[in-house]
Amino acid sequence: MMMAADGGANPKSIRIDLQLIADMIEPGTRVLDAGCGNGMLLDYLWREKQVDARGIEISTQGVQACVSAGLSVVQGNVETDLKDYPDDAFDYVILSQTLQAMHEPREVLAQMMRIGKRAIVSLPNFAYWRLRLYIMFKGRMPVSDKLPYEWYNTPNIHFCTISDFVALAQEMNLSIEKSLFLDEEGTSKTIGKSILAANWLGEQAVFLLRK
Amino acid sequence: MSAHEANASGAEKAYANGPWTLPGHRVCLAKETPLRLDSGVKLHDVHIAYDTWGTLNADKSNAILVCHALTGDHYVVDPHPITGKPGWWSNVVGPGRVIDTDRYFVICSNILGGCMGTTGPQDINPDTQKPWGLEFPVITIGDMVRAQKLLIEHLGIETLFAVAGGSMGGMQVLEWAYQFPESVFAAIPIATAARHSAQNIAFNEVGRQAIMSDPDWCEGDYHSQDKHPHRGLAVARMAAHITYLSETALTRKFGRSLQDRDAVTYGFDADFQVESYLRHQGSTFVDRFDANSYLYITRAMDYFDLGQHHDGQLARAFKDTPVRFLVMSFTSDWLYPTRENREIVHALNAGAANVSFVEIESDKGHDAFLLDEPEFHKVFEGFLEGCAEHRGLQRKPT
Repeated sequence: MMMAADGGANPKSIRIDLQLIADMIEPGTRVLDAGCGNGMLLDYLWREKQVDARGIEISTQGVQACVSAGLSVVQGNVETDLKDYPDDAFDYVILSQTLQAMHEPREVLAQMMRIGKRAIVSLPNFAYWRLRLYIMFKGRMPVSDKLPYEWYNTPNIHFCTISDFVALAQEMNLSIEKSLFLDEEGTSKTIGKSILAANWLGEQAVFLLRK
Repeated sequence: MSAHEANASGAEKAYANGPWTLPGHRVCLAKETPLRLDSGVKLHDVHIAYDTWGTLNADKSNAILVCHALTGDHYVVDPHPITGKPGWWSNVVGPGRVIDTDRYFVICSNILGGCMGTTGPQDINPDTQKPWGLEFPVITIGDMVRAQKLLIEHLGIETLFAVAGGSMGGMQVLEWAYQFPESVFAAIPIATAARHSAQNIAFNEVGRQAIMSDPDWCEGDYHSQDKHPHRGLAVARMAAHITYLSETALTRKFGRSLQDRDAVTYGFDADFQVESYLRHQGSTFVDRFDANSYLYITRAMDYFDLGQHHDGQLARAFKDTPVRFLVMSFTSDWLYPTRENREIVHALNAGAANVSFVEIESDKGHDAFLLDEPEFHKVFEGFLEGCAEHRGLQRKPT
């Protein structure tokens, strides 16, 4: 669904994980949404937070929707195109539900931290208890509403868990300024130090990272 | 006598020795202060032929400048006065169209060096009262844009809401954004490049050599000798026309079909439809285009390299520009391929500019920007809508 630019975005209508991301962003800042889809988050940020919003999107359809809504979006591949941006070009670089689809997730994260002062990453948690049980009892790769793909056609080639991501951030010397997880009811909770619990209960997680 | 009849013998005769007879407007500018060209030459009394559509609003914030390509002119909407064909962008500009003349005030002028009313090599040199010919100074895309700026100022417009154009028109768009960033709110360069590639210079050189090797070219002095290098100009057009299409488009349109015959003739007639088509393109082109203009304009394209003033660093040319850009390319365009359009986007990104980019799926080659491409039109229109909102212009009533 695309926010009709003339109707204005209804703040309540954006997806809960996008809302969590939006809440981490200071008004009036410069933001790049890497993999912005049809521009729902950018449209919200522009209208509600007066953000200078930019996007990268691979699909023509997505770019078209964004450009038509007055958003500045470049058709391209996040994996190859982040390198074209100068250092510290943005206050925030967002990667929403996409890191696990990258060939080189670590390199993408490094590029995000280079071009942005901060990065916001949201990802599905592969250690979520329902997925663990799915594998344990069915012995098959999990398929669910949130992860509707079979192993052979999934774009998600680098699944990780909340614990995995925290470990990567530490390894890359990134400080986690905020971290949230979403449980199955869609309620968000702070991960903080209770990583093991979050790793069990969290269906998705959102991280705000700083160099 | 209608304008059409008056010009039946060729564009160059339309006005050079008599009153202005083509439809549209024509104004003489740079009368007191000459136009300083990149070559250092100062050109005074520059005539500019142009046309406008729609109405300029009270605060003059709804003006869109359309820039035409190598062989285009300012007959964007209305039928061409010489060929009678629909205006070259009549599917884009008009009431309710992508560039909606019910909302925007649209301007297009014939480029400097052109042959449809703006000062060019076939014109009379005011100092000698003879046609300029090769005495005409070599011009650049930058010079064309400075001439357009004179016209915009003449029309009392401080800031253009948008500048749009494809191919060489796109080069002018980039040049506008580069030279006059404060006078352009939005820039839409389409199927273009920030510098002319070696391949494109090579194609232009073939065209120029075809013209210059025609004995009727007379070292560029054909106007004085009442001759016209039609054969050379036609060959130039034929060669260039191939580069505007794609193999897919040529195959779809003609394949190996024969022209009005059942078998090949074992001769050099136009056996194939594609030959006949190209010959037709060549022969109709000479009725509306001046051979010297073709030389000068292709030269201007060859010299185009926006990064040259910044050690080849295009990004520095656009650093912190306030202009909003939409760059568009077409998948099958091999004359100005997506790669070259992307270079513009990369440079704009590196300069932290506000840029959108989309590659449109089309198998029609470079000419796609002139054709009915719904995706292209949708993105284009959407971008203008978004800009109108940012600019505080009224959105289109739905």
